[in-house]
Amino acid sequence: MTGAAFTIAGKDLKERFRDRSAIMLAVVVPLGLAFILNLTLGPVTEQSFSTDVAVHDADGGAVAAGFGNMLADVEAAGFASMTDADTEAEARMLVDDHSVSTAYLLQEGLSVAVAANEEAKIVVVADPDQPIGAQVGRAIADGFASEVNAARLSVATALALGADDPEGLTEAALEVESPISLADAQTEGRGYDFTTFYATGIAVFFMFFTVQFGVLSIIDERENGTMPRLLVAPISRQSILVGKLLAAFLVGIASTVVLWLSTTFLMGAEWGASLIVVVLIVAGVAAAMGLTAAIATFAKTGEQAGAITAFVVVVFGMLGGTFFPVSRVSGAFSAISKATPHFWLMEGFRRSSAGEGVVNILPALGAILAFAIVLGSIGLVRSRDLVKHQ
Amino acid sequence: MADVVLECSNLRKEYGDLVAVDGVGFTIEEGETYGLLGPNGAGKTTTISMIAGLLDNDGGTAIVSGNEITTKSTTAKAVLGLVPQDLAIYPDLTARENLRFFGKLYGIDGSLDERVDEILAIIELSDRADDQTNEYSGGMKRRLNIGLGLLHKPDLLILDEPTVGVDPQSRNAILESVERLGSEGMAVLYTTHYMEEAERLCDRVGIIDEGTVVAEGTRRELVALVGERDRLHLELSGDAAAVADAVSAISDVESCSSAGSELEVVALNASRALPDVVLCVNDAGLDVHSVQVSEPDLESVFLHLTGKALRE
Repeated sequence: MTGAAFTIAGKDLKERFRDRSAIMLAVVVPLGLAFILNLTLGPVTEQSFSTDVAVHDADGGAVAAGFGNMLADVEAAGFASMTDADTEAEARMLVDDHSVSTAYLLQEGLSVAVAANEEAKIVVVADPDQPIGAQVGRAIADGFASEVNAARLSVATALALGADDPEGLTEAALEVESPISLADAQTEGRGYDFTTFYATGIAVFFMFFTVQFGVLSIIDERENGTMPRLLVAPISRQSILVGKLLAAFLVGIASTVVLWLSTTFLMGAEWGASLIVVVLIVAGVAAAMGLTAAIATFAKTGEQAGAITAFVVVVFGMLGGTFFPVSRVSGAFSAISKATPHFWLMEGFRRSSAGEGVVNILPALGAILAFAIVLGSIGLVRSRDLVKHQ
Repeated sequence: MADVVLECSNLRKEYGDLVAVDGVGFTIEEGETYGLLGPNGAGKTTTISMIAGLLDNDGGTAIVSGNEITTKSTTAKAVLGLVPQDLAIYPDLTARENLRFFGKLYGIDGSLDERVDEILAIIELSDRADDQTNEYSGGMKRRLNIGLGLLHKPDLLILDEPTVGVDPQSRNAILESVERLGSEGMAVLYTTHYMEEAERLCDRVGIIDEGTVVAEGTRRELVALVGERDRLHLELSGDAAAVADAVSAISDVESCSSAGSELEVVALNASRALPDVVLCVNDAGLDVHSVQVSEPDLESVFLHLTGKALRE
C-alpha cells in the first residue's frame, strides 16, 4: 500500500505545485496579508500613545505650578510631550497648526481664585483634527480639576477647624502626591504582540483552506473521470485515500512552516519555541484536515464542497479568534469560540509566543488533537465512501 | 484452441428494485474482439464495471486469466486494462507523466521509461509527450486515454464506448488501433451502440438489452438466427417477369419477385448470387440498369430481437 500511496501523493503534489492558484492560497496571499497588516496597523498598535500639549501660564501661582508638576509626570510616563507657550495667542496658534492636540491656558489669578474659593477656570483649547489627543488632553485637565477640588475641600475643612493660612494650605494640599499614578505596561504574560498575533492568525486561518484540497482532490478525481482508472489499478482503495490525505497533509505543513519562518525572519513575529510550534502546526493541520474532510464530504460536487468549506472555515476563523483576539472574552461567545479548533490553535500559539512551557500548552494541544481525532474519524469514514465507483 | 481470457457467467447487479444486469455471461478468447452491443441504458457499462472490478456484483462470477475479479482483487486487476468512456487523464500533467504515474501504480519499474516511449509511439504522441495534456486536441486526449489502458500489456482490454463524441478522423484512428490489438493477440471487450463499429471490429457480438444478453455470435450467425436474408434490387431494361423464374432457380437465390421492370431477389449470400443473376438477365436479352444490394446488419438484427432501434 505504501508505494502506491506515495506515488499518488507525489502525483497530487506535482499537480498542486503546477496550480498557481494553490500556491497563491497556501503561501503568497497569507504572507502578503500578514505583511500588509503589519505595515498598516502595526505602528498604530505597537507604539505607546503620546500626544503633544502646550501650556501658557499667565498665573504663576501655586495652582499653576501644581498643574505643571502633573503634566511633567504625564510627560515622564510617556503619554504627553509638553511645550511652553509665552502667550495665549502662541498657544492657540500651536493648536491651529496641529502642532499640539491641546493647549492649556492658565489665566492670571487662577491660584488666588482657588485659594479664595472663587470660580476658577483652566481653558482647554482642543484640536478637532486630533480627537484622541484632544480627549486625552481634556481628561488630564479634568483629572487636575478633580485634584484641585479635593484640595479646596481639604483647605475649606482646615479653615473651618481654625487654620489661618489659606494660601499655604492650598500649596500644601496640591503638593500631596496622588495615590494613583499612570504607567504603561503590557498585561503580564500576554506576550502576543500585534505582528505575532496576525502572523499566527493568518497562518491558522489559511491552514484550513490549504488542507481542504485533500478531500477536494478525491472529488476532482471523480469529476475528471480518473477515479475509475485508479480503482481498476492493482492497488487497494486505502492506498488511494492515504495518498490523497498524505499530499494534503504535507502541503498544509509546508505552507504553514513557510509562513512561520517568513513572518519570523521578515516581520519579527515571535511564535515561540520551535519544537512547540512544530507540534502545534502538525496537530493543527491534522485537525484542519479532519474538519474540512468532515464538511466537504457532504457536498456532491467539488464546487459545492469548496463553497461549503470556505463558509465554515471563515466563520470558524472569526469565532476562533484568527482575526481579533477572543482569548479574554467570556459568556456565550467564549463557549462558541472554544468549540472551534481555531481557538485552541490560537491559544496554543499565544502561550507559545509568551514563552510558556510544554505543560501550559498541553490543554490547547489536547483540544486540537481531540478535534483532529473526532473530526478526522468522521472525515475518514466519509472520505472512504468517495473512493468508489459511482 | 486459444486460451479463454475472460469468462463471465450469470453476472447480476441490482440497484434497489431495478435489476440493471440480469444473468449476463460470455467468454472472450485470446486475440478475440468481443462487442457488447446495446442502446444506452441496456446494461453495458454496468456489466463492464463488474468485469473491471469497479463494482461488486450481486451474483455470478467474472474470471480474468484464471483470477476471479472483485473490487478488491489486485491480482486480476493487474492483467486487465480499462479505457473508460470519459477521458481519464490528468490535465495538469504531461502525457509522459500520466503514463509514468499509472505505470508505477501497475508496478512497471525497471522498464517503465522504455514502455512509456513505446506507448507514446503507438498512440503517435512522441513529439508532444512533454506537453501538458490540457493543451491537447480532443483526438490526442482520446489516444492517450487508450494508451493508458495498454501501458501494462493487459491480457484483456476493456474499451467502453471509446469513440463517443470523437471526430471522424480520430474515430478511425481508434478503430484501427483496436483492430491492431486484436491481431496482436490481445483479448478486447468493446462496448458500443454504433452498429458499424461492432461490425467492423468484433469477431463476436453479444446483444444486450435491459440487462440481458438476448443473442450472441458472429454477425452472420446473428443474422441467420433471426432469419434475415440478403436482398438484391435490380432495375432492368424490360419486363422483369420474363426472367423471374430463371433467377429463382439460381442456387444461392431463395426467392424472386417482379414488378414491371423491377426485380426483387432474396438470396442466402447476395455477393455470391449477384454475378449469376446478372448473367441470367443478360441471357434473357435484358440489360441491368441499376443494382442495389442490401445485406441485413446488426441494426436490423437488434430491431428484430428487441423491437427497438439501437440508438433509442
